[in-house]
Amino acid sequence: MATEPLPLQKTAATAPEDAVAVPAPRDSGHPLVRFDKVVKRYGDHVVLDQLDFTVERGEHVTLIGPSGSGKTTILRLLMTLEKVSDGVIRINGDPLTHMQAADGSLKPASEKHLREARKKIGMVFQQFNLFPNMKVLQNITEAPVNVLGMDRDKAETRARELLDLVGLSAKVDAHPSQLSGGQQQRVAIARALAMEPEILLLDEVTSALDPELVAGVLELLGDIARNTDITMLCVTHEMNFARDVSEKVLMFDAGRVVESGSPEKIFSDPEHERTREFLNAVL
Amino acid sequence: MNEGFDWNAAGDALPLILQGFKVTLLATVLGTLVAAVLGLAIAVAGRAPSRFVTVPVKVVMEFIRSTPLLVQLVGAAALFTSVEPLTIGIVVLGIHYATYTSEVYRAGIDGVPKGQWEACRALSMTPRRTWQAVILPQAVRNVLPALGNYAISMFKETPFLAVITVQEMVFEARKYGGDHFAYTEVFTLAGLVFLVASYPTSLLMRKLEKRLGH
Repeated sequence: MATEPLPLQKTAATAPEDAVAVPAPRDSGHPLVRFDKVVKRYGDHVVLDQLDFTVERGEHVTLIGPSGSGKTTILRLLMTLEKVSDGVIRINGDPLTHMQAADGSLKPASEKHLREARKKIGMVFQQFNLFPNMKVLQNITEAPVNVLGMDRDKAETRARELLDLVGLSAKVDAHPSQLSGGQQQRVAIARALAMEPEILLLDEVTSALDPELVAGVLELLGDIARNTDITMLCVTHEMNFARDVSEKVLMFDAGRVVESGSPEKIFSDPEHERTREFLNAVL
Repeated sequence: MNEGFDWNAAGDALPLILQGFKVTLLATVLGTLVAAVLGLAIAVAGRAPSRFVTVPVKVVMEFIRSTPLLVQLVGAAALFTSVEPLTIGIVVLGIHYATYTSEVYRAGIDGVPKGQWEACRALSMTPRRTWQAVILPQAVRNVLPALGNYAISMFKETPFLAVITVQEMVFEARKYGGDHFAYTEVFTLAGLVFLVASYPTSLLMRKLEKRLGH
């Protein structure tokens, strides 16, 4: 599949070959994503506890850890599907979850502010969440046309390119219900890419797929990681994906980062006891 | 009654009954339209973030649902004496049923998976576009059969309009029956017309329900 550069980015930038290297942050000197003492509570239950971590531009980060360790919550907070209970998330230095008030203090962001802020961020869901009432092509053109204000013809041309990229050119006029899970997930990936996100969030994107369909989707994501400068944050139980695609693995437990490092380091020589236990259980 | 069924009277009354049926049908179609549109508006308003919207909507709905249609019809006719009875009938029927169709829509909206809302947010879609392009098309599709059943139910309640002098089918039947003392004949006829009109419609609804996979 897709060996040529993807028709996604304005600049045909490529991620560094060396898996451990971290691309220098562009302009501002800020990391692309910064969690600053982020707390997320549901009632009395603390999911994320004073979480600090950063993701640099162009990095491909995999979040691993046991169920309930808060990995998916991190993606949902970044996508602004959930609100932080405390702390600030910054994208390129700008608060994502908050707005600067007139006196310089931060106040919780309005829905309008969030809508603007989240344009830079795309998400692919475990359950695909394609719009069943639209054909495949419409699924991909809906947001570019109605959110970005893109010309319909242009949006359709790009949608066809993206479908070609994900290997589904023949399914332009199909309805999602006519596609297999793997095909639906590819369309969902194309739909997210159509918004030209700077950050792509992947939430257990292969968990709902039949085993034989997993490889194709992982391969596609690997291609996207190698051929674009999209920053990727990925929650997965696919350790192969973590190893093949990401340069950085964050091990979570009980709402905190227990350990982080290159996949080689984490998988072959984990420092933390919890990491060892977790890897023994899943590998 | 003892003289048996007077076929001549029945034949004589038929054109009148059919004349009334036209009014019945008109009231049902327009009433259903009002109920379908208003019910949707109520359902969407019920999900508004502000209590200043949801609470009044709820109060009015409870009021309408807790009082009989007949009382509402008579009340509205007494309040709006200058308005055509048929218009009052259609509007009252529509509003009355809107309080029920709104529940149907609400269930339909609740039936749209949470993931659909989240996908819309992840694509930065505006609330308006989310409703218009994603939520409502799916919700309405889910509730079409239930809405059809309310339409049939409304059809069978149109005789209440006779009370505010709308000349629908039962009004005509009663008038003919009184004039010619042939109640059995005309009411049998009216009943048959109701049966002939609603039974195939409900069959059609059931078919539609199956086709939509319920």
